[in-house]
Formats: sequence, structure tokens, C-alpha cells
Amino acid sequence: MIRVALLVAGKDLRIERRSRVLLWQVVPFGVMALLLCGLALGPTQVGHSSAAPGLFYVVVVLVALLMINRSHGVEATPGTAASIATLGLDPAGVFLGKAAALAVELWLTGIVLLGGCVLVLHTGLRGTAEALPSVLVVLGAIAAAGTLYGALTTGGSGAATLLPVLSLPAFAPLLIAGEQSFHSALHGGALMEWWVISLVALAGYLAVGILLYGVLEES
Amino acid sequence: MSNEELPVVTLLGAVAMVNGFALLSGVDLSLPPSSLTVLVGANGAGKTSLLRLLAGLIGLTTGEGTVLGIDLARGDRRLLRRHIGWLGHEGSFYDDLSVTENLTFAAKALERPLDELGTVLERVGLSARRDTPAKQLSAGQRRRLGLAWLLLRRPELWLLDEPYASLDDAGRDFFDGLLGEVVARGATVVVSAHDPLRSELLNPTTLTMAGGRIVGRAT
Repeated sequence: MIRVALLVAGKDLRIERRSRVLLWQVVPFGVMALLLCGLALGPTQVGHSSAAPGLFYVVVVLVALLMINRSHGVEATPGTAASIATLGLDPAGVFLGKAAALAVELWLTGIVLLGGCVLVLHTGLRGTAEALPSVLVVLGAIAAAGTLYGALTTGGSGAATLLPVLSLPAFAPLLIAGEQSFHSALHGGALMEWWVISLVALAGYLAVGILLYGVLEES
Repeated sequence: MSNEELPVVTLLGAVAMVNGFALLSGVDLSLPPSSLTVLVGANGAGKTSLLRLLAGLIGLTTGEGTVLGIDLARGDRRLLRRHIGWLGHEGSFYDDLSVTENLTFAAKALERPLDELGTVLERVGLSARRDTPAKQLSAGQRRRLGLAWLLLRRPELWLLDEPYASLDDAGRDFFDGLLGEVVARGATVVVSAHDPLRSELLNPTTLTMAGGRIVGRAT
């Protein structure tokens, strides 16, 4: 399983490095969305820092949906899907590999967006840095959940619109935990508790993915 | 898995339905080891669907069938697919990866030694294109990359969906030579084509399909 996971993750990251979709399309889109949030809050800095965690995760969801569609899109062309299916790869390994690659991409994007929060939404540098571990865990959980839902919608009609409809309810608890922990890091609160909840969610989605990804692929 | 004495493929009244539509409507077929079979017929006759059924890419709805000793209705189709070589008429690999990277991924997935890559690339005439991204290959070169993927795999059953499409005369001759070789080495090959094979040296069994059934047979 681990061998297949490393193989698939390496392949997905290599494809991303070659195509540069993350660098030239997804990250700029996320930065622009964050900038628009800053503009929508108005010229004064009042309230920016309080709203920043929620706005950060709204932007994270938008870029995550783009990345999930992209991650599964490279497998979805009929010829490629058939050829890869005949490799007989362990589905648990495929799930872990795709989720790991997606997590790495989301972490890179998340770090850029956190920098954007400091510059555009005026979050304190220290509080933002303290939020980083919880942000990484929540983004990892979003990657795991997104990989599951991506497999569910890939190849179906209207996959690009079906994915957000199906996955947003699954993301909601993660977003709440993420927003609360980020807010706690900035303004004080139960940072550790929310961080632990995020870790449990990550473990849960990984376990479900390892068990069910093969069934989703076959269906 | 396969036995010299037993047919590689046995279908009896095989029906395959997808979304309520019958792709195959009662196919009877028996293919011996080390044989070449050509499926001919008009568009929509069921050639590709039959190949997909044999590859374990679609399920058997009713009827009976075994491929390489694995029951199509109740057996492990994932295990079956690992012994199949599939070449679709679409692209069969990752467009953003180079020729070598695509083959390396397949070799690692199948736990084949990487030192075979050079030989295989030379065999299909792609040595000079080893670092070229798959999306920059011509249609004929993409076919050759698909063939390299199959040569690396050394499958027991080759399923080739319109492999002659987009090939020039030299490419067709190369393909015919290769098919003759792999059949002589003991592999079973099934090819779909719009017309009977040009090369008389291959001496295939030609099955004519119409309406999801086999309606004619010639040797």
C-alpha cells in the first residue's frame, strides 16, 4: 500500500510540476479571491482580523475544489482510465497517494494564502504562525475527504458541479474546526481542542478512504 | 493462471448492460491460447464493449464467462485486469509526463525491472523521443508508446482497440510483425478493426460483430 501510495503521489506531483496549473492558475486565483475579500471588507482595518479565519477557509475551499477536479481529471480520460485500471494498483495505496499529493499542493497554496492574510487581512504574524499547524491538519483532512468525493464524481455527468454539492457538507465540520482554531490562535481560545478535533477528522477520512476507495473506483 | 489445454476466453450467452443499455446481447466465444482474433464490424457493433468485458472493465450482466481462468461474474476483476494488456484507441497514458516517465510509472506499478525500458523504447522506435511529453507525440508515436507499455507488461492476453488507426504503412507493418511475435511466444491477442487485417502472414480468426453479437466467423 505504501509503495503504491509513494508511486501515485510522486506521479501526481510530477504532473503538477510539469503542467504548472497550481503555480499559474490555482494560486493566483486564490490570491485574487483573498484580495477581493479584503476589498469587500472596506478600506478600514476594523474587523479584518476577526473575519480573516473564515475568509481564509472560504478561499481554501474554492482552490481545493479546483485542485480536486484537476487531480481526478488527469485520470479520467477513457483511454488513460482503462490503461491504469489494468495495472491493478492497490486502491488504498492509490487513495493515500492522491490524497498525499493533494495535501502537499494544498499546503503550498495554504502557506501562500496565510501570507496573503497577513498582508491583506492584517492578521498578526505571530498568531498566523501559531495557526499554521492546525491549518496544515485541516488542509490534510480536506485533501483526504476531497480525494474520496473526487473519486465519487469523476467520470459522471456534471462532475465539476456535482463535486462541490456533495463535498461541501463533508468539508463543513473541517471548516468550522479550522476557522475556530485559526481564530483561537489570533485572539485566544481553545486552540488545542480544535486542533485535536481536526486531527480526529483527518484520521477518520483517511480510514474511510483506505477502506472504501476501491468500491468507489469500481462503481 | 492460464493452462495450455484450456481456452483463454470462454463466453456463453454473455450480456453486458450499462445504464440499462445492452452493449453486448448474447456473445458466445472461445479463444485458444496463442491465437490471434480480429473483431470487425460497423461502429456500434459491440467490438470495443466486447474487449472491455474481456478486460474486466465492464461487468457481465447475464450469461457465463471466464477469462484467464477468472469468472467474469463472481471473480476478482481487479486481479484479472493485472494480467491484461489494453491498448485503447484514445491516449493511454499521462499527457504531461514524458515517454520515459510514463513507462517508468507502469514498470514500477507492475514491479518490473527498469533496465528493460531502454530495450523496449528501442523496439518501438521511440528512443529519440524518450524525454518528450506524451502530449507532444504524433498519433502514430502515441500508438508506439502504448505498445511499449504493453511490451513492458508482457501480458497473457492482449486486447487492442483499433490499433491500426492513425498508423502509416510502416507503422502497420511494424504492428503486424509485433503481433506475429507475441502470438508465437504464446500470448493471445484480440484486435478490433474496421477491416480485416492486411497481412496474410498473421492468419487470424476474423469474427464479424453486429448489434452486440458475433454474427460471422472466418479463418
